[in-house]
Amino acid sequence: MNYKLETENGIMDITLYGEMDHHTAKPAREEIDAAITFDNPIILRLDLSQITFCDSSGLGFIMGRFRKMQSIGGNLTLVNPSGPTQRILKLAGLDKLIRTEIKK
Amino acid sequence: MRKKAINSFKCIFPAKSVNESFSRYIIAAFVTQLELKVNDLADIKTAVSEAVTNVIVHGYNKPEYAKSQKLVFLSCDYYSDGKVVITVRDKGCGIENVAKAMEPLYTTAPEEERSGMGFTIMQALTDDVRVISKPGKGTTVRLIRKMII
Repeated sequence: MNYKLETENGIMDITLYGEMDHHTAKPAREEIDAAITFDNPIILRLDLSQITFCDSSGLGFIMGRFRKMQSIGGNLTLVNPSGPTQRILKLAGLDKLIRTEIKK
Repeated sequence: MRKKAINSFKCIFPAKSVNESFSRYIIAAFVTQLELKVNDLADIKTAVSEAVTNVIVHGYNKPEYAKSQKLVFLSCDYYSDGKVVITVRDKGCGIENVAKAMEPLYTTAPEEERSGMGFTIMQALTDDVRVISKPGKGTTVRLIRKMII
Protein backbone atom coordinates (compact mmCIF):
# COMPACT_ATOMS: atom_id res chain seq x y z
CA MET A 1 0.00 0.00 0.00
CA ASN A 2 1.36 3.39 -1.04
CA TYR A 3 0.06 6.79 -0.07
CA LYS A 4 0.20 10.45 -0.98
CA LEU A 5 0.12 12.97 1.86
CA GLU A 6 -0.47 16.72 1.84
CA THR A 7 -1.22 19.11 4.70
CA GLU A 8 -2.64 22.57 4.19
CA ASN A 9 -4.40 24.90 6.66
CA GLY A 10 -4.73 22.19 9.30
CA ILE A 11 -6.25 19.67 6.89
CA MET A 12 -4.22 16.58 6.14
CA ASP A 13 -5.21 14.79 2.92
CA ILE A 14 -4.00 11.24 2.52
CA THR A 15 -4.79 9.11 -0.51
CA LEU A 16 -4.08 5.40 -0.03
CA TYR A 17 -3.32 3.14 -2.98
CA GLY A 18 -3.36 -0.66 -3.31
CA GLU A 19 -4.09 -3.40 -0.79
CA MET A 20 -4.74 -2.69 2.88
CA ASP A 21 -3.87 -5.77 4.93
CA HIS A 22 -1.80 -6.64 8.02
CA HIS A 23 1.45 -6.67 6.04
CA THR A 24 0.95 -3.28 4.41
CA ALA A 25 -0.82 -1.47 7.26
CA LYS A 26 2.05 -1.55 9.74
CA PRO A 27 4.68 0.55 7.89
CA ALA A 28 2.01 2.99 6.63
CA ARG A 29 0.62 3.49 10.12
CA GLU A 30 4.05 4.28 11.60
CA GLU A 31 4.86 6.87 8.92
CA ILE A 32 1.40 8.44 8.91
CA ASP A 33 1.28 8.70 12.72
CA ALA A 34 4.68 10.42 12.67
CA ALA A 35 3.30 12.90 10.11
CA ILE A 36 0.16 13.48 12.24
CA THR A 37 2.32 14.18 15.29
CA PHE A 38 4.47 16.61 13.28
CA ASP A 39 1.70 18.46 11.36
CA ASN A 40 -0.92 18.30 14.14
CA PRO A 41 -3.90 18.55 11.74
CA ILE A 42 -7.48 19.36 12.83
CA ILE A 43 -8.94 17.12 10.15
CA LEU A 44 -7.51 14.01 8.55
CA ARG A 45 -9.14 13.12 5.26
CA LEU A 46 -8.42 9.55 4.24
CA ASP A 47 -9.17 8.93 0.58
CA LEU A 48 -9.95 5.22 0.16
CA SER A 49 -11.05 5.31 -3.48
CA GLN A 50 -7.89 3.58 -4.73
CA ILE A 51 -7.92 0.71 -2.20
CA THR A 52 -8.30 -2.57 -4.06
CA PHE A 53 -8.45 -4.86 -1.00
CA CYS A 54 -9.38 -4.36 2.65
CA ASP A 55 -9.78 -6.89 5.46
CA SER A 56 -10.01 -6.62 9.26
CA SER A 57 -6.41 -5.38 9.39
CA GLY A 58 -7.53 -2.49 7.18
CA LEU A 59 -10.33 -1.86 9.67
CA GLY A 60 -7.73 -1.85 12.44
CA PHE A 61 -5.75 0.74 10.48
CA ILE A 62 -8.80 2.99 10.00
CA MET A 63 -9.90 2.64 13.66
CA GLY A 64 -6.34 3.38 14.78
CA ARG A 65 -6.21 6.65 12.80
CA PHE A 66 -9.70 7.54 14.11
CA ARG A 67 -8.43 7.16 17.68
CA LYS A 68 -5.18 8.95 16.90
CA MET A 69 -7.11 11.98 15.57
CA GLN A 70 -9.43 11.90 18.61
CA SER A 71 -6.40 11.86 20.91
CA ILE A 72 -5.17 15.17 19.46
CA GLY A 73 -8.67 16.69 19.45
CA GLY A 74 -9.13 16.30 15.71
CA ASN A 75 -11.43 14.39 13.38
CA LEU A 76 -11.17 11.72 10.71
CA THR A 77 -13.16 11.78 7.50
CA LEU A 78 -13.18 8.90 5.03
CA VAL A 79 -13.40 9.94 1.39
CA ASN A 80 -14.90 7.85 -1.41
CA PRO A 81 -14.31 4.35 -0.02
CA SER A 82 -13.92 1.83 -2.87
CA GLY A 83 -16.34 -1.11 -3.18
CA PRO A 84 -14.23 -3.64 -1.21
CA THR A 85 -13.54 -1.07 1.52
CA GLN A 86 -17.17 -0.04 1.83
CA ARG A 87 -18.26 -3.66 2.21
CA ILE A 88 -15.92 -4.25 5.15
CA LEU A 89 -16.73 -0.88 6.76
CA LYS A 90 -20.44 -1.75 6.65
CA LEU A 91 -19.87 -5.26 8.00
CA ALA A 92 -18.12 -3.80 11.04
CA GLY A 93 -20.56 -0.85 11.39
CA LEU A 94 -17.72 1.67 11.02
CA ASP A 95 -19.68 3.50 8.31
CA LYS A 96 -21.98 4.71 11.11
CA LEU A 97 -19.15 5.70 13.45
CA ILE A 98 -16.80 7.55 11.10
CA ARG A 99 -17.85 10.46 8.90
CA THR A 100 -17.75 9.43 5.27
CA GLU A 101 -17.76 11.76 2.29
CA ILE A 102 -18.82 10.53 -1.12
CA LYS A 103 -17.62 12.87 -3.85
CA LYS A 104 -18.84 12.41 -7.40
CA MET B 1 -21.66 -41.48 0.63
CA ARG B 2 -19.22 -38.60 0.74
CA LYS B 3 -18.94 -36.73 -2.53
CA LYS B 4 -15.61 -36.61 -4.27
CA ALA B 5 -14.13 -33.20 -4.97
CA ILE B 6 -13.95 -32.17 -8.63
CA ASN B 7 -10.68 -30.41 -8.05
CA SER B 8 -8.41 -29.62 -5.14
CA PHE B 9 -5.05 -28.12 -4.21
CA LYS B 10 -2.78 -28.01 -1.20
CA CYS B 11 0.05 -25.67 -0.50
CA ILE B 12 2.43 -24.91 2.33
CA PHE B 13 4.19 -21.59 2.86
CA PRO B 14 6.03 -19.77 5.67
CA ALA B 15 3.87 -17.82 8.13
CA LYS B 16 5.27 -14.46 6.99
CA SER B 17 3.06 -11.41 6.57
CA VAL B 18 4.28 -10.92 3.00
CA ASN B 19 2.46 -14.19 2.18
CA GLU B 20 -0.97 -12.80 3.13
CA SER B 21 -1.42 -11.40 -0.37
CA PHE B 22 0.12 -14.54 -1.86
CA SER B 23 -2.56 -16.69 -0.17
CA ARG B 24 -5.32 -14.44 -1.54
CA TYR B 25 -4.01 -14.67 -5.07
CA ILE B 26 -3.56 -18.44 -5.12
CA ILE B 27 -7.05 -19.06 -3.72
CA ALA B 28 -8.46 -16.59 -6.28
CA ALA B 29 -6.57 -18.28 -9.12
CA PHE B 30 -7.98 -21.65 -8.05
CA VAL B 31 -11.66 -20.76 -7.46
CA THR B 32 -11.74 -18.70 -10.66
CA GLN B 33 -12.22 -22.09 -12.32
CA LEU B 34 -15.80 -21.90 -11.01
CA GLU B 35 -16.43 -18.72 -13.00
CA LEU B 36 -17.59 -16.81 -9.95
CA LYS B 37 -19.09 -13.36 -9.75
CA VAL B 38 -16.66 -10.58 -8.81
CA ASN B 39 -18.18 -10.15 -5.33
CA ASP B 40 -18.09 -13.88 -4.56
CA LEU B 41 -14.43 -13.99 -5.51
CA ALA B 42 -13.74 -10.93 -3.32
CA ASP B 43 -15.53 -12.60 -0.38
CA ILE B 44 -13.41 -15.75 -0.66
CA LYS B 45 -10.18 -13.74 -0.93
CA THR B 46 -11.10 -11.72 2.17
CA ALA B 47 -12.13 -14.75 4.26
CA VAL B 48 -8.87 -16.55 3.39
CA SER B 49 -6.85 -13.42 4.11
CA GLU B 50 -8.43 -13.27 7.59
CA ALA B 51 -7.66 -16.90 8.37
CA VAL B 52 -4.08 -16.71 7.07
CA THR B 53 -3.43 -13.41 8.89
CA ASN B 54 -4.60 -15.07 12.11
CA VAL B 55 -1.95 -17.77 11.67
CA ILE B 56 0.73 -15.18 10.93
CA VAL B 57 -0.19 -12.92 13.86
CA HIS B 58 -1.23 -15.46 16.49
CA GLY B 59 -0.50 -19.02 15.28
CA TYR B 60 3.10 -19.25 16.43
CA ASN B 61 3.19 -16.26 18.77
CA LYS B 62 4.81 -17.91 21.78
CA PRO B 63 8.49 -17.95 22.77
CA GLU B 64 8.75 -21.74 22.33
CA TYR B 65 8.09 -21.33 18.57
CA ALA B 66 10.82 -18.69 18.11
CA LYS B 67 13.21 -21.13 16.46
CA SER B 68 10.76 -23.60 14.95
CA GLN B 69 9.50 -23.73 11.41
CA LYS B 70 6.34 -21.65 11.16
CA LEU B 71 4.15 -22.85 8.33
CA VAL B 72 0.68 -22.20 6.96
CA PHE B 73 -1.12 -25.14 5.35
CA LEU B 74 -3.74 -23.97 2.86
CA SER B 75 -5.98 -26.31 0.91
CA CYS B 76 -9.16 -26.04 -1.11
CA ASP B 77 -11.64 -28.50 -2.62
CA TYR B 78 -14.66 -27.77 -4.74
CA TYR B 79 -17.57 -30.04 -5.55
CA SER B 80 -20.07 -30.50 -8.38
CA ASP B 81 -22.82 -28.78 -6.36
CA GLY B 82 -20.74 -25.58 -6.09
CA LYS B 83 -19.56 -26.15 -2.53
CA VAL B 84 -16.10 -24.75 -1.86
CA VAL B 85 -14.22 -25.98 1.21
CA ILE B 86 -11.08 -24.10 2.26
CA THR B 87 -8.83 -25.22 5.08
CA VAL B 88 -6.21 -23.04 6.78
CA ARG B 89 -4.11 -24.91 9.30
CA ASP B 90 -1.09 -24.32 11.50
CA LYS B 91 0.91 -26.47 13.88
CA GLY B 92 1.37 -23.72 16.42
CA CYS B 93 0.19 -22.81 19.89
CA GLY B 94 -3.54 -23.36 19.37
CA ILE B 95 -6.42 -21.36 20.85
CA GLU B 96 -7.31 -21.83 24.54
CA ASN B 97 -10.89 -20.63 24.16
CA VAL B 98 -12.23 -20.83 20.61
CA ALA B 99 -15.67 -19.39 21.46
CA LYS B 100 -14.04 -16.34 23.05
CA ALA B 101 -11.63 -15.89 20.11
CA MET B 102 -14.60 -15.82 17.74
CA GLU B 103 -16.45 -13.05 19.60
CA PRO B 104 -16.68 -9.78 17.64
CA LEU B 105 -14.05 -7.20 18.72
CA TYR B 106 -12.19 -9.71 20.91
CA THR B 107 -8.45 -9.50 20.40
CA THR B 108 -5.37 -10.48 22.34
CA ALA B 109 -3.28 -7.88 20.49
CA PRO B 110 -5.01 -4.46 20.69
CA GLU B 111 -1.65 -2.66 20.76
CA GLU B 112 -0.99 -4.08 17.30
CA GLU B 113 -4.24 -2.46 16.12
CA ARG B 114 -5.94 -5.80 15.64
CA SER B 115 -9.63 -5.00 15.20
CA GLY B 116 -10.87 -8.30 16.63
CA MET B 117 -13.15 -8.68 13.60
CA GLY B 118 -11.35 -11.49 11.75
CA PHE B 119 -13.68 -14.37 12.64
CA THR B 120 -16.77 -12.13 12.36
CA ILE B 121 -15.77 -11.23 8.81
CA MET B 122 -15.05 -14.88 7.96
CA GLN B 123 -18.53 -15.79 9.25
CA ALA B 124 -20.18 -12.97 7.32
CA LEU B 125 -18.51 -13.87 4.04
CA THR B 126 -18.93 -17.65 4.12
CA ASP B 127 -21.74 -20.11 4.88
CA ASP B 128 -19.91 -21.89 7.65
CA VAL B 129 -16.73 -21.46 9.70
CA ARG B 130 -15.47 -24.38 11.76
CA VAL B 131 -12.53 -24.10 14.09
CA ILE B 132 -10.72 -27.03 15.63
CA SER B 133 -7.91 -26.11 17.98
CA LYS B 134 -5.82 -27.76 20.63
CA PRO B 135 -3.34 -25.83 22.77
CA GLY B 136 0.19 -26.85 21.77
CA LYS B 137 -1.02 -28.72 18.67
CA GLY B 138 -2.31 -26.01 16.37
CA THR B 139 -5.49 -24.76 14.78
CA THR B 140 -7.56 -25.73 11.76
CA VAL B 141 -10.05 -23.26 10.30
CA ARG B 142 -12.46 -24.63 7.73
CA LEU B 143 -14.38 -22.17 5.59
CA ILE B 144 -17.34 -23.43 3.58
CA ARG B 145 -19.02 -21.39 0.90
CA LYS B 146 -21.78 -22.65 -1.38
CA MET B 147 -21.65 -21.12 -4.82
CA ILE B 148 -24.39 -20.99 -7.41
CA ILE B 149 -22.71 -22.26 -10.55
